[in-house]
Amino acid sequence: MKIHTKIVGDHVAVLKLEGKLNMVSAPKIRDEIHATVTAGNHKVAIDLTDVDFIDSSGLGALINGLKTARQAGGDLRIACPTAQVRMVLELTNIDRVLKAYENAESAFSD
Amino acid sequence: MSRNVAIRVYVVITFALGLNYILWRWSFSLNWTNWWIAVPLVIAETYNFIDVLFFGFTIWRADPKITIHPPRDGISVDVFITTYNEPIDLVIATAKAAKAIRYPHTTWILDDGARKEMRSAAEEIGVGYITRGANWANQPLHAKAGNLNNALMQTSGEFLLILDADQVPYPEILDHTLSYFEDPKVALVQTPQWFGNVTTYDPLGSQAPLFYGPIQQGKNAWNAAFFCGSNAILRRDALMQLGLKRYVVELEIAVREALRSADRILLRTLRTTVADAPEIQEALKSVEVAISNARHDIASGKTIADATYALQQRISDVSKSMVSSHLSLMKEDLAAIGEIHTVTNDEWDVILDVEKTTDLLSSREFSPLGACQAVATLLRSLDVDRPGEAQPLMPLATISVTEDMATSMRLHGMGWKSVYHHEVLAIGLAPEDLSSMLKQRLRWAQGTMQVMLRENPLLQRGLTFAQKIMYFSTMWSYLSGFAAVVYFVAPVVYLCFGILPVKSFSTTYFYHFIPFMVANQLLFLVVSKGISTWRGQQYSLALFPIWLKAVTSAVRNVYFHHPLAFVVTPKRGESGRNEWGLIKHQIAVAIILIFAAGVGILRLSRGLSEPVGTLVNVAWVLWDLGLLSILIPAVRYRGHQSKEKLVK
Repeated sequence: MKIHTKIVGDHVAVLKLEGKLNMVSAPKIRDEIHATVTAGNHKVAIDLTDVDFIDSSGLGALINGLKTARQAGGDLRIACPTAQVRMVLELTNIDRVLKAYENAESAFSD
Repeated sequence: MSRNVAIRVYVVITFALGLNYILWRWSFSLNWTNWWIAVPLVIAETYNFIDVLFFGFTIWRADPKITIHPPRDGISVDVFITTYNEPIDLVIATAKAAKAIRYPHTTWILDDGARKEMRSAAEEIGVGYITRGANWANQPLHAKAGNLNNALMQTSGEFLLILDADQVPYPEILDHTLSYFEDPKVALVQTPQWFGNVTTYDPLGSQAPLFYGPIQQGKNAWNAAFFCGSNAILRRDALMQLGLKRYVVELEIAVREALRSADRILLRTLRTTVADAPEIQEALKSVEVAISNARHDIASGKTIADATYALQQRISDVSKSMVSSHLSLMKEDLAAIGEIHTVTNDEWDVILDVEKTTDLLSSREFSPLGACQAVATLLRSLDVDRPGEAQPLMPLATISVTEDMATSMRLHGMGWKSVYHHEVLAIGLAPEDLSSMLKQRLRWAQGTMQVMLRENPLLQRGLTFAQKIMYFSTMWSYLSGFAAVVYFVAPVVYLCFGILPVKSFSTTYFYHFIPFMVANQLLFLVVSKGISTWRGQQYSLALFPIWLKAVTSAVRNVYFHHPLAFVVTPKRGESGRNEWGLIKHQIAVAIILIFAAGVGILRLSRGLSEPVGTLVNVAWVLWDLGLLSILIPAVRYRGHQSKEKLVK
């Protein structure tokens, strides 16, 4: 799993993930989100374009990240899930909680 | 197979004889003149008949065979040793044994006591050390479930072996169990809990050979083997899926509840005099509209995060626009709102917390602005990031002090499978005195009752019929305290006052009762293959005050939010421990029973009662006393010193 972090605006960061988001990479994602929020970028957009596989632990890391961001007064939003990711979101009903945005960079433009 | 056939024959015979007895009892034997004892007695007997039925159903397909397949290489496993205040030496002994488990793995000590000495001892022997992070400060800790949930988020093994601090594992524990997970639907493998510090006499009844034997084997055959908290291997993915699913379910319930009580708060405020001003009326009504929109948005598929976010924005706008003319009034409101989050209880999960918050908020009157604030606070407390919890995902259930049973029931409800592997692969330490044993039993009983009241298995849609019965039957057996009271009272009222709960103790009575009684005992004997179940039978009656306390305190806890009651530990003064006080109710019962037997014999000698009735009831008293008598060696027990018993 690779993570590319980019600051795109006022307190807004886009984390572009690449590879498998599973129980092995989950701690890495969690730490990166934590570091980003701690650095003051509490609006975190997760770009899932290049994530070809996600499991429950990976999704768990995103939900944990949501808490980290919200506690800092921000939010965590996800964008561009691939078919497999979308399926897992639906299967776990997490799609009832998190909306998938069409573009990571503009996820916080509202 | 022949053994299984034999067991089924015994089950059918016992069932037929039991049904014959119970039907006769209900239709022909009741002495309605003395209905106040006749009816409770027949209900108690029916309770026991149903218990026997459940037992028969449990063991119907029990299979004692196990097969061991070596696991494939390359599976990642975390071994978790949970501790809170156990001695460092004891935890380290377990950790060393865990480290020596043959299959490659990572060992972790999960120290809820956050002890420095524990950390350095862990480092010294080269095992991982996990304790609660800063996120747990001022949040409900959820005891062992919380400890495990915390560790789950900080580790990454595909499978988790869970060990209590005193459960010393054998090196082959993973080699013998991991292969079950080749079936991708298997979420849990439970192995027996066996205690090394117990003599064969086992005065405290610590070994549970019937449970970790025919009962779990039987449950296993119905795909309902329970998770028992330790000596079990769990699939991380199953737990995480469970955590995610519960997160969404609880969030939806919480939001629904919050919107409902927000409505109530607004309505109440609208009725107050301060809200008479038209602009305030208008503002409050616009909040009402926003609430109903949010409800509609969620119902029509908008995400919870979006719907609650929009509502919060609206409320904050309205609050700003309102003139704070009732500033002093509002200050009081704010203080009241501020207090709400300081009164969370360790044992509540999100849903219960909502109830509590709701109760508190809707129990007082607010000024219009205060009402808006209250609604905002309410919504905030139920937000998607779960502000009332240390972490949003709680895979191990927090609805009960026995997180294990609740968790496996939820896993079964999601379609996962469990396996009971009948081979001792860890040796533990049982309680060494009566008071710790009572504490432990009360906890188990309370936890089981909490699950029954909060998530009754009979109402869980995902469970199969057999799974519902397997979970419910265990809960059912914890209701025995009520039957016990009746079994004490009935012979006493006959012997002392000649009051008969049945029409007569005639031959008809005996030929209905005795065959059932004999068949029942024979069934136990056959199923347990001669392992003594007597100890279990003794404690099932003798601990009746514990069972009663468990039911009443769980009801108070679940429905009235009282903290769970616990066993009061006797003071350890200079005069030694006085543990007799722990069994004062049982001593009182024994004295009354003996006295009643004396009175009964006296009445017989004076011709005031008939011989058969007296004989039956004196025998009944002796049976009760025989069961209660285990408490005498139990009180005097001071633990088992010998170490060589550690080898089974």
